[in-house]
Amino acid sequence: MFPELGQLALVCALLVAAVQGVLPLAGAQRGRMAWMAVARPAAYLQLGLVGLAFAILSHAFATQDFSLRYVAQNSNTLLPMVYRYTAVWGAHEGSLLLWALILAAWTAAVARFSRRLPMPVIARVLGVMGLVAVGFLAFLLFTSNPFERLLPAAVEGRDLNPLLQDPGMIIHPPMLYLGYVGFSVPFAFAIAALLDGQVDTRWLRWTRPWTNVAWGFLTCGIALGSWWAYYELGWGGWWFWDPVENASFMPWLAGAALLHSQAVTEKRGSFRGWTLLLAIATFSLSLLGTFLVRSGVLTSVHAFAADPTRGLFILMFLGAVVGGSLLLYALRAPNENDGAPFAAASRETLLLANNLLLSTACAMVLIGTLYPLLADALSLGKISVGPPYFALLFTVLMAPLVALVPFGPLTKWQREQASRPFAMLVPWAGLAVGVGIAAFFLAPQGAWKVAAGLLGATWVVAGTLRFLWTRVRSQGNRFTAEMLGMTLAHAGIAVFLVGALLVEGLAQQRELPLAPGQSVTLGDRTFAFDGVVHREGPNYIADRGTVRILDGNDRLVTTLHPEKRRYASGGQVMTEAGIAAGFLGDAYVALGEPLGGDAWAVRVHRKPFVRWIWLGAALMGLGGFVTATDKRFRRTGVTA
Amino acid sequence: MSEGRSNAARFLPLAIFFALALLLAAGVWLSRNPNREALPSPLIDKPAPQFTLPVLHEPGRTVTLADLRGAPFVLNVWGSWCPSCRDEHPVLTRFAETKRVRMVGFNWKDERADALRWLDQFGNPYWLVIADIEGKSAIDWGIYGAPETFLVDANGVIRWKHVGPLTDALIQGELVPALDAIDPQGRKGSR
Repeated sequence: MFPELGQLALVCALLVAAVQGVLPLAGAQRGRMAWMAVARPAAYLQLGLVGLAFAILSHAFATQDFSLRYVAQNSNTLLPMVYRYTAVWGAHEGSLLLWALILAAWTAAVARFSRRLPMPVIARVLGVMGLVAVGFLAFLLFTSNPFERLLPAAVEGRDLNPLLQDPGMIIHPPMLYLGYVGFSVPFAFAIAALLDGQVDTRWLRWTRPWTNVAWGFLTCGIALGSWWAYYELGWGGWWFWDPVENASFMPWLAGAALLHSQAVTEKRGSFRGWTLLLAIATFSLSLLGTFLVRSGVLTSVHAFAADPTRGLFILMFLGAVVGGSLLLYALRAPNENDGAPFAAASRETLLLANNLLLSTACAMVLIGTLYPLLADALSLGKISVGPPYFALLFTVLMAPLVALVPFGPLTKWQREQASRPFAMLVPWAGLAVGVGIAAFFLAPQGAWKVAAGLLGATWVVAGTLRFLWTRVRSQGNRFTAEMLGMTLAHAGIAVFLVGALLVEGLAQQRELPLAPGQSVTLGDRTFAFDGVVHREGPNYIADRGTVRILDGNDRLVTTLHPEKRRYASGGQVMTEAGIAAGFLGDAYVALGEPLGGDAWAVRVHRKPFVRWIWLGAALMGLGGFVTATDKRFRRTGVTA
Repeated sequence: MSEGRSNAARFLPLAIFFALALLLAAGVWLSRNPNREALPSPLIDKPAPQFTLPVLHEPGRTVTLADLRGAPFVLNVWGSWCPSCRDEHPVLTRFAETKRVRMVGFNWKDERADALRWLDQFGNPYWLVIADIEGKSAIDWGIYGAPETFLVDANGVIRWKHVGPLTDALIQGELVPALDAIDPQGRKGSR
C-alpha cells in the first residue's frame, strides 16, 4: 500500500514540476503576475511530495519490505539498522531519488530566501529549476522506478554492497549531491539572465553565496570519498583518477573558476560572459558526472550498465539542458567589454588567468576521462588513461596557479603597478625557496616532491598571511567574511599541498609474509604481528588481525586490528585496514591472503601528513561556507 | 538584448558540446552490448583449477576435476541465498532438458539443508552438485558473485564464462556455439 503511495507522490511531483517549469517562465516572458506567482507554492509542494516519496522508500527499507525489487536488491535481514536507512541511496534508483529530493530542497530554499528579488527573476529561476526537476523525475519514473514491485516477493534480500556499509559512505553521496545540485542555482540564474537579456550585478550578488555553499559541499563530498577510499580499499591510496572520481572533480574545478569569476562580475562588471558560461558549464558537468556514473557508459562492470535506455534518456536530457543553454548563450550572451576596463597588471588579469588555468585543468580531466570511450568508439582498442597522464598534466597546470595565488588578493582592481605586489612578496618568495632547498637536502627520499610541496605551501601561506597583515594594519575593522573565507580556502590549498606531496614523496610501504611473533620496521615504527583470530560481525565473519605498533624505544604506541570480512549474503570479501591516525602521519596495516599455518601476507604503510590532504580540503570547503555568510550578499542596494 | 551581434566564438561552447554529445551517444550505442567491457577472464583457455569437493547429495563422496574429464561440462555457480539464481533456474532447467551437456552445480557458501530444500522445491536441473561451503575453491575459479557459469571442455580447459544469470538468448547465442566448437559430436544429442 505504502509503496504505491510513494509512486503516486512521485507522479504528482512530476506534474507539479512541469507546472513550475512552464507557467512562471511563460508568465515572466508575458508579464503575467498570476502565472509567475505559481512558482513559489509549486516549489514547496514539490519538496513535500518528493520528501514523502523518500520517506516511504526509507520506511520500506526499515521494515524490510522485500516485495519491492529495489529493497530486495539492496538490503538483507542481517543488515544493521543504520545501514538500512543509508541503503536507500545505495544504488541507482535511490540515488536518483536523493538527487531529486536535494534538488527540491534547494528549489524550496531559493523560493524561501528570495523575497528581495524582482518577481520575473525569481519566476524564471524557479522555472528553470522546475524544468531540471522534470527531467530527473521523469528519468526516475520511466527508467528507474524505486517502487517497482517484485512478484512473488523475495524471502531474503541480496544485501547492500558491502563496500557501502561504512560510516564514510553514509554522508558521502548526500554531500556530493548537495554540491552537484547546488550548482543548479547559479545555472538557473544564468539562464534567467540570458532570457532577460541583462546580467544585473545585484542578482549576481544574491547568487554568490549559493555558489560558495554548493562548492563547499562538493569539496567536503569529494574529500569524504577520498578518505573512504583510503581506509576501505585497503591499499592506502587517496585518489585514483578513476572515472567516478573525475566525474565529481570536473564540476569542482569549474565551480572554483565560477566563484572567482562571479566575484569579478559582481564587483567590477567584467567577465559577464565568463561567469554565465562557467555557471552553465559547472552545472552541465554535474549532469555529465551523473550521466557517466549512472549510464554505465564508462563503468559498465556495475549492475546498472545493462540498461542502455537509461543512458539514452540521460543523454537526451543532457542534450536538452546543456545544448539549449549553450544555444541561448550563443544567441544572447552580453558583450565581453561591458565591464570596467582594466590594465594588463590588475587583479582582473590574475583572475582571468585563474579562470583559464582551472578551465583548462577541467578540460584536461574531461579529455582523459572520455578518451577511452573515444578510442573504443573509433575501434582503436580498449585504452585506459592512467594516473601518469593526469598527475603530469595536473601538476603542470596547477603549479602556475599556486604561484599566482598570493598575488591575487594583494593586487588592486583595474590598474596596478606591477612592482608593488612583487615588492611585498619578494621576502616571502625567498623564504619559500629557502624552505624548499632545505627540504630537498634533508628529505630522506622523494626529495623533489617534498621540496615542491613545502615550497608551494610556504609560499601560499606566507603570501596569504602577508595579505592578512596588510588588511589588518591599513583598515583594521574592515575585514569581511568574504575575505576570511578566501583566506581559509587559500590556506587550505597550502595544507593540501603539504599532505599530497609529502605523502607521495615520503610514504613507505612493504608487503611481506608475517607469522605471529614476527615484526617489521618502517622508519621509527615497528609493526609486531600477533596473529589472526575469527570474529563474527552482525552480517559478516571476519579474520581479525592484531598488530602492535611500537615506537623507536619499543614502547607500545597503539594496537591495530585490520580485518578481512566476508559478508554472509554475497560472499564478498572486504578489507578493513587498521589505521593509527596521527596529525603528522598514519601507520596503516591491511591483511592480504592467508599463507598457510598462521602466516598471513601483510601490507604495512607509513603515510606521513596524509591527514593534511583532507584537512586542506576541509579548510577550502569551510572557506566556501564562511564566504557565503558575508552580510554584503544580503544587501540589495547598489554599492560601489 | 541591446545587440544581436553573434560572432563565431559564441557558438564555440555549443560546438564543443555537440561533439561531446556525439561521443556520448556513441558510448550509449556501444553499451547496448552488455559484454562490451566484460574483460575476458584470465582463466579462458586455461586449465580449470583443481578441486576436491564433496557431493551435495552424498556428503561422504568427493569429486575432483579429474573425475569430470572425458566430456565437456557446464559448471553453474549457485546458492539458495541468491535471488538471481532463482530467476535463472527455469532457463537452466529448459537447457538441461535438452541433455546437450552435463550440468554440474557448484553450490557456493550455502547450508546443505537449505540447498537440498531449494532443489526439492524448484527441481534439480543438475547432473551432479558439488558443494563449496567455505568458498575456498571458488577463489581459485575467480568467482565473485552468483550466478556464474563456466564451460569446461573434455580436457579440463575452461572455454567460456558468463557472470550473472543466463538467459535463453545467451545460451543459444554463446554457450551452444561454444559447445559446438569443442564437441561437434555432441550436437546430435547423443548424451
